[in-house]
Amino acid sequence: MKQLFDGNTWQEIFQSIRKNKLRTFLTMIGVFVGIYIYIGLSGASKGLDNGFERQFETIAKNSLFAWGQRTSIPYAGFKTGRQIQLKLGDVEVLYNRVPEIETIAPRNVKGIFGSNPGIITRGLKSGNYAVYGDFPDFADIATKKIYDGGRFINDEDIEQARKVCVIGERTQKELFEEDEDPIGGYIRIDNIYFQVVGVHKFTPGGGFESDSDIYIPFATFKKLYNTGDNVSWLTIAAYDDADVVKVEEDIKATLRSIHNVSPKDERAFGSFNLGEIFNKIMGFSSGMTFLSLIVGIACILAGVIGIGNILLISVKERTKELGVRRALGATPSEVRNQIIIEALTLTLLAGIIGIIFGALTLKIIDALTKGGDFPYANPTVPIPYVIGSLLLMVVLGVLIGLIPAQRAVSIRPIDALREE
Amino acid sequence: MIEIKDLHKSYKMGSNSLHVLKGINFSVEDGELVAIMGSSGSGKSTLLNILGMLDEADEGEYTLDNVPIKNLSETKAAQYRNKFLGFVFQSFNLINYKSAMENVALPLYYQRVARKERTEKALQYLERVGLREWATHLPSELSGGQKQRVAIARAMAAEPKVLLADEPTGALDSTTSYEVMDLIQKINDEGNTILVVTHEEDIAHMCKRIVHLKDGVIVEDKKVKQVRAAEYVQ
Ligand SMILES: Nc1ncnc2c1ncn2[C@@H]1O[C@H](COP(=O)(O)OP(=O)(O)OP(=O)(O)O)[C@@H](O)[C@H]1O
Ligand SMILES: [Mg+2]
Repeated sequence: MKQLFDGNTWQEIFQSIRKNKLRTFLTMIGVFVGIYIYIGLSGASKGLDNGFERQFETIAKNSLFAWGQRTSIPYAGFKTGRQIQLKLGDVEVLYNRVPEIETIAPRNVKGIFGSNPGIITRGLKSGNYAVYGDFPDFADIATKKIYDGGRFINDEDIEQARKVCVIGERTQKELFEEDEDPIGGYIRIDNIYFQVVGVHKFTPGGGFESDSDIYIPFATFKKLYNTGDNVSWLTIAAYDDADVVKVEEDIKATLRSIHNVSPKDERAFGSFNLGEIFNKIMGFSSGMTFLSLIVGIACILAGVIGIGNILLISVKERTKELGVRRALGATPSEVRNQIIIEALTLTLLAGIIGIIFGALTLKIIDALTKGGDFPYANPTVPIPYVIGSLLLMVVLGVLIGLIPAQRAVSIRPIDALREE
Repeated sequence: MIEIKDLHKSYKMGSNSLHVLKGINFSVEDGELVAIMGSSGSGKSTLLNILGMLDEADEGEYTLDNVPIKNLSETKAAQYRNKFLGFVFQSFNLINYKSAMENVALPLYYQRVARKERTEKALQYLERVGLREWATHLPSELSGGQKQRVAIARAMAAEPKVLLADEPTGALDSTTSYEVMDLIQKINDEGNTILVVTHEEDIAHMCKRIVHLKDGVIVEDKKVKQVRAAEYVQ
């Protein structure tokens, strides 16, 4: 221990490292590559992780969508091929029968799935945009970023079937002047005046909507387009700890029973389980993290073993030198410690250089992928991982140093001196 | 200074055992310069290694400066070597990646002497062997004689009680050998005790006493009139 804090020891070690450049290089390259791969891989997988998170940040992670299709099995007196229409009343039943459901936001739409879009006009300008009838709950499932000064549809809008709307960024650009504040302004949707209450920000890659969608209160939509209690589809968010696959099954089973569909009819309802896909992606990315951890540790291990090997060879080469040192008064523990500290120093030095290069590489990759669609963001390696890997290297470095160190002192000085 | 009684040493090789030293009795006074002679295989190096605590006798007593040397741990032996003994080898045994000065300073490093003082002392001893201006050179840049002088400086740097030299001139031509012997004589003149193993009659006569080994015993032990090596060095 005393030796560890002695400047003389370090002079000896740095001299031995400096004067044996090839050996130093060879020993360090293994650990360097090991830690570099480790940092690079785990940083990259963290980057993917962050990237996926970002892709899904605008929508509840365990959400799913359900809609009616045509039946494929005759049931309860109905022929096959019957079109199923979801109703607003389904929501209440679903809440009651599937307790894992946190929020249901029924939606109606005009302008996708083959229906004609709304014709939106303002003064002389006009355009065709998809129009959605929405509940305020929708904002809880799919976070809509609304520009400052505006808002999303609220409960009063629904109760009073107000003629208000939230427009998209593109709609704003196309219908309003650049310096004009759209909030409070009026547009016509299929010839009915609506007041703009908000502009939603479009997040690329997030969700399925576009920057030109117009949201109006569900109740207003119903009046405007005479849709009665019909619902185009349900957007459903389950609680965080719910099993989304089971929730999806339960929802479909409930819908089948409400709509008199055979319990075996798989085609009567369509659904899209975002939660399941999200879980798969997250599973993939945590698999990546785990893999990079394993590969990284294996690489570090291989590198450290390499150091041990080369030090062992170098101890054999230096048998005579070590014999001379012992004739001059080096005690076995001094010789042993010197070799262990050498191993440790080489390991740590290589490790730190590897970490620095790994971090630089991640920075470069980050800079190159910035702004792109590729789901990759902020590829950092958590500090505990870095510290953990350094600790691992200290432990391994000492352990691996023990072997050549033990070998060095196991030879009697007289035999070491006789060595040619 | 050195006291040896009935020293035995044999080497075991498989089932055979080779009895090399068969009862050596001998003592060396302070300030002596002793040549140990004998034919090849007579046990000269074996004796010197035992004296140097690099090896241990099977039997007998060895006292160095009134300290009994017996059953030393390797750590203790290393400390004694460092404090009491200086070694000069036939093949110089300098550390090839260290400069002359660093080589000379090495025993001081194991004495935990501070770097500055180490360097000072090393330069001082290099001065004494006439190699002050070679201080920063690596061994590979030195001639054989120069290497041996660096080795002698290294052996002397720790100010040992006894200098042990195993064929210090064995790898040198005669002119260089005399230069090295001249140096050894000068060191002896200052009162240092020195043992020199040698094959060569002329080198032995540059010492003050010659001990002859044969078949593991001392067959002759005589004082001689010292021939000054300086006479041969111009
Ligand atoms: N480690 C050893 N193991 C076995 N035998 C040894 C060992 N060291 C020396 N010997 C043997 O012991 C005998 C004496 O060896 P030693 O080296 O002392 O002789 P020496 O007088 O120094 O000879 P030289 O003049 O050739 O150097 C030799 O026969 C040698 O082979
Ligand atoms: Mg010999």
